[in-house]
Amino acid sequence: MWTFTLKRIIHLIPILLGVSLLTFLLMALTPGDYLTTLRQNPQISPETVDALRARFGLDKPWYIQYVYWLKNALMGDLGYSFAYKTSTTNLILGRLWNTFLLSFGATLIAWSIAVPLGVWAAVKKNSMVDRFCGLLAFVGLSIPEVLLALLALMFAYATGWFPVGGAQSPMYDLMTTFEQFRNRIHHLILPMLVLGASELAGIMRQMRSNLLDTLRAEYVTSARAKGLSEGWVVYKHALRNAINPLLTIFGYSLAGLLSGAFIVENIMAWPGLGRLTMEAFFSKDTNLVVASIVMATTLLVIGNFIADLLLAWSDPRIRLR
Amino acid sequence: MEPAAQNPEVIKPATVEHLSPSQLFWRRLRRQRIATIGAIILGILYVMALFAGFIAPYSFEPQDRQRFFHSPTWVQFRDGKLVVPRYVKKEGTFKYEASPTDHQPLRFFVRGDKYKWLGLVPSNLHLFGTADRVNYPVYLLGTDQYGRDIFSRLLYGSQISLSIGLIGIALSFSFGMLIGGMAGYFGGWSDNLIMRVSELLMSIPGLYLIMALRMTFPPKLSSAQVYLLIVIILSFVRWAASARVIRGMALSIRERQFVLAARSLGQSNLNVITKHVLPNTFSYVIVAATLSIPYYILGEVVLSFLNVGIQEPDASWGIMLNAAGNPDYLQNYPWLLAPGVAIFITVLAFNFLGDGLRDAVDAKA
Repeated sequence: MWTFTLKRIIHLIPILLGVSLLTFLLMALTPGDYLTTLRQNPQISPETVDALRARFGLDKPWYIQYVYWLKNALMGDLGYSFAYKTSTTNLILGRLWNTFLLSFGATLIAWSIAVPLGVWAAVKKNSMVDRFCGLLAFVGLSIPEVLLALLALMFAYATGWFPVGGAQSPMYDLMTTFEQFRNRIHHLILPMLVLGASELAGIMRQMRSNLLDTLRAEYVTSARAKGLSEGWVVYKHALRNAINPLLTIFGYSLAGLLSGAFIVENIMAWPGLGRLTMEAFFSKDTNLVVASIVMATTLLVIGNFIADLLLAWSDPRIRLR
Repeated sequence: MEPAAQNPEVIKPATVEHLSPSQLFWRRLRRQRIATIGAIILGILYVMALFAGFIAPYSFEPQDRQRFFHSPTWVQFRDGKLVVPRYVKKEGTFKYEASPTDHQPLRFFVRGDKYKWLGLVPSNLHLFGTADRVNYPVYLLGTDQYGRDIFSRLLYGSQISLSIGLIGIALSFSFGMLIGGMAGYFGGWSDNLIMRVSELLMSIPGLYLIMALRMTFPPKLSSAQVYLLIVIILSFVRWAASARVIRGMALSIRERQFVLAARSLGQSNLNVITKHVLPNTFSYVIVAATLSIPYYILGEVVLSFLNVGIQEPDASWGIMLNAAGNPDYLQNYPWLLAPGVAIFITVLAFNFLGDGLRDAVDAKA
């Protein structure tokens, strides 16, 4: 197990290096930067802009900039945000935590609903329940997150039950710890539900078809033949084997989850990484964009790593490779 | 008496029906009711997009400055005729009320805004409308914040959404098949390089990569340029996934005897790949391509929604939904969500079709 873990960790390094290099290259190709907009401001002299350019190393070719950036990044400094006039590291960590909360909560909701529903549909194959779940899956797979988020906003306005936008109320700092906690959860619920609902359908379908496949296996027939109760057969024998492939799906679904979070954050004004990236995009804050993309990738890569570990933990055949 | 003699069906000799794989495929596909429904819906949508200028009562640009946020017009049935009531605006609001008595008949094949069918044939014939276009407008789905007819814009927007997916899969799958096929067939360092590059692309969360790529181009471009740019970016992000699967298939296909036969007959490598290896991946490609069309449709919608895609005043489902992002509009004028419903129906139809195709391709099912 330890060698497996170590191997996977070593595998992460070239990916992160490659991603940061790629984003850096892309940003170098971007026409204009934050200082170009400063230059158009008549109050700032061209000399000041040039001085700034030299100070931030923007007058050097992109690969030299990358080496500098990498050196700083390894020491935990992801560069300076021009638009926010602060270090991007602090800026991103808070946003990253929000995105993580949103994605984690959505995953929890999606899985805790999708797995039982999928099992139910598979056990009662071709029944009303199964048909209903099938329809639900089609609707869930097809409804765009943009529309779902807008509908949720509409719901929030109409009922007034949920706050709209932000991760906390303006009075947050004056609250007691318990109130603060409740306030954050209150803000989190709606975006989390939207993101979770869009994840749900795929997992449910996969769960159903996996369980149906395992129920056809010979060991299930022999378990039934030796007279075990149906519940024991399904939950003890079939379900355990049907869950394994789902852990692989978990790894794959993370990329979609982060893209989904990007959409939900931007529409529902949840202050996460996706929203920050869009803001940085419009203010041409290239450093911030590079940093957010690298952080989003890190989140995804770590998520995949955890999925791998879970898979190795639940399926001993994989550990041996 | 033999029991079989009473029942002629039993003694009918068992004949072996010879069907080609593609005949089998069509037979199985027709049996999928859900796939048929999907195909019919898509057929209707594509015909509507093709004849958008004719079906739409207005063009996508003209603004009715008397009627911002006009609610959907209810075409009524009176005295055996379809009629359009006159809507009166309540002063100081964007609320409109249908007059119970004042109405005009709905006419078919009327003359109206000019358009060019397929961008070539100029015409001004529209499927329906009223004689008095100024006082009795037909806004089937209402108007938006500039007083433009949403139904017409929806039709014009469908031309973008319905074509972007087809061009996108054509690009990404031809690229993915070629690259994946070569990687799997040749193996070695090129295989290694291609797999590492695709791994890299796939480890960046999709929308972040798409945004980074979009950022390397100027923000304000004409809609035609943006359309091309979006297709290329979306295909670039997507080819890796299909290339990986096709590489895996090519790896096993190259060991098959017919490949060996083709090679020993002296066919070139390119010939072997395109004529013998890749056709064997078609069943996967057709299904995966159909199921990935929604990705392109939604990609355009998200980019346009976030103001980095198709620009006003051109019509696209994403830029139309953008108006619904305004909380005040969303609360009071819910018909602004119409493009969202259109996206949902289109994506649903593609999922229906793709799912049916998958079952039809899979001989086990």
